[in-house]
Amino acid sequence: MTEPIIKFDNVVKRFGSLTVLDHLDFEVNPGEMVTIIGPSGSGKSTVLRILMTLEPIQEGVVYVGGEPLWHEKKGDDFVPASEKHLRKMREQLGMVFQQFNLFPHMTVLRNLTEAPRQVLGLSKKDALERAEELLEMVGLTDQAKKYPHQLSGGQQQRVGIARALAMRPKIMLFDEPTSALDPELVGEVLKVIRSLADQHELTMLLVTHEMHFARQVSDRVCFFDKGRIEEQGPPEELFTNPKKPRTREFLKQVLDPDA
Amino acid sequence: MTWTEYLVPLGQGAWVTIQLTFWSTIFGALLSFAAGIGKLSRNPLIKALSIGYIEIFRGTSLLVQLFWLYFALPLLGQAIGIDLRLPPVAAGVLALSLNIGAYGAEVVRGAIQSVSHDQYEAATALNFSDRQALWRVALPQAIPEMMPSFGNLAVQNLKDTALVSLISLQDLAFKAEQIRNFTQDSTTIFTIVLAMYFGMALVLTAMMKVLERSVGRWRTARS
Repeated sequence: MTEPIIKFDNVVKRFGSLTVLDHLDFEVNPGEMVTIIGPSGSGKSTVLRILMTLEPIQEGVVYVGGEPLWHEKKGDDFVPASEKHLRKMREQLGMVFQQFNLFPHMTVLRNLTEAPRQVLGLSKKDALERAEELLEMVGLTDQAKKYPHQLSGGQQQRVGIARALAMRPKIMLFDEPTSALDPELVGEVLKVIRSLADQHELTMLLVTHEMHFARQVSDRVCFFDKGRIEEQGPPEELFTNPKKPRTREFLKQVLDPDA
Repeated sequence: MTWTEYLVPLGQGAWVTIQLTFWSTIFGALLSFAAGIGKLSRNPLIKALSIGYIEIFRGTSLLVQLFWLYFALPLLGQAIGIDLRLPPVAAGVLALSLNIGAYGAEVVRGAIQSVSHDQYEAATALNFSDRQALWRVALPQAIPEMMPSFGNLAVQNLKDTALVSLISLQDLAFKAEQIRNFTQDSTTIFTIVLAMYFGMALVLTAMMKVLERSVGRWRTARS
């Protein structure tokens, strides 16, 4: 049995008095493509934000690559992680945001080269080579000199994906990557995500409302409700034969909203 | 003495005013960034020093600050046995810089805080350190936001330089007063001086506009 690359062990996350993750246990294997679905407020984005170290946890332990993410071992005890530990752990993770979050003052090319150069210490030549390769992969070679605001939403999100990949993470987190896009631009972004999933090199975690896409590309789909995993399984099983009434109800609402 | 003859001494005074404005705006800008960034620091000592500086210099009169540096500081130095006498130029530039820096610090702080939280999250996701996030992500976006306020402060600073005539610096205001004492021709002299300050302010405003455009080029790039 392979060791999971991501493991949530009894994790509790609260925003004030609101419990967002309620003693969550959750594992992802290396190379796995897991899609998280569920109603808004069910804690699905929070799972990604905790992994990217954007949100701390209150209880439990999160492991990435076998090491605690938000803690450090001190003797036999776990103590809260230092910034140094967090920076080391972040090397394994990349994130794509709903609102793209590109750097508006940098050209597309610079968005892709800045972190590899500043954080990884790549030479200008190596960073450019890497960026050009990625721009080709997402089909934006001809947009390299433009600023983000000169691109369409779909193009911006493809830059967002390329920018995260430029850091060569082992795990890619996609936080509703197509939710802010006009419907006709969703396809071009999904196409890029699909090609990454097909390579099976990255571990991918996707939060989305695109049910048909989730069904096609995922190895596993997790239905989140009220801060827990209500049901999970291979996409065919979960979508055609959901066991829990709450899952059935949710899928009925999102797949067939007019009925 | 005809009015054209006033122009030579007034011109000499204007040159002093320009130099004072130039240096105190440069030093003031540096202080603005230091204290504005310092006020956002997680280090409580740096934060307290920045807030203390900003509040003291915004809360007291520039004229009193100027007199304090020029007249009071040397006596204080004498009492503790250190020579703290400042030449008038140094006292003038120091007082103006400290004053404009305190106002500018609030502009810097506000502009940095107006950078979207999403940008910091993107910086974290790309594993930038706090310092890299500040210098590479936040400040380049914040500086264009600061420019209109910096333009106002620079013009304010130009006009404030007139106060240094009171510690015997021979700036435009000092020269005007000198000629007026000699000729009693107040109307002509002060009309010329008014026009000269206004002309310098116009040039300064234009320069700040050019600077504003150059730091914000990315915002206006067309497809």
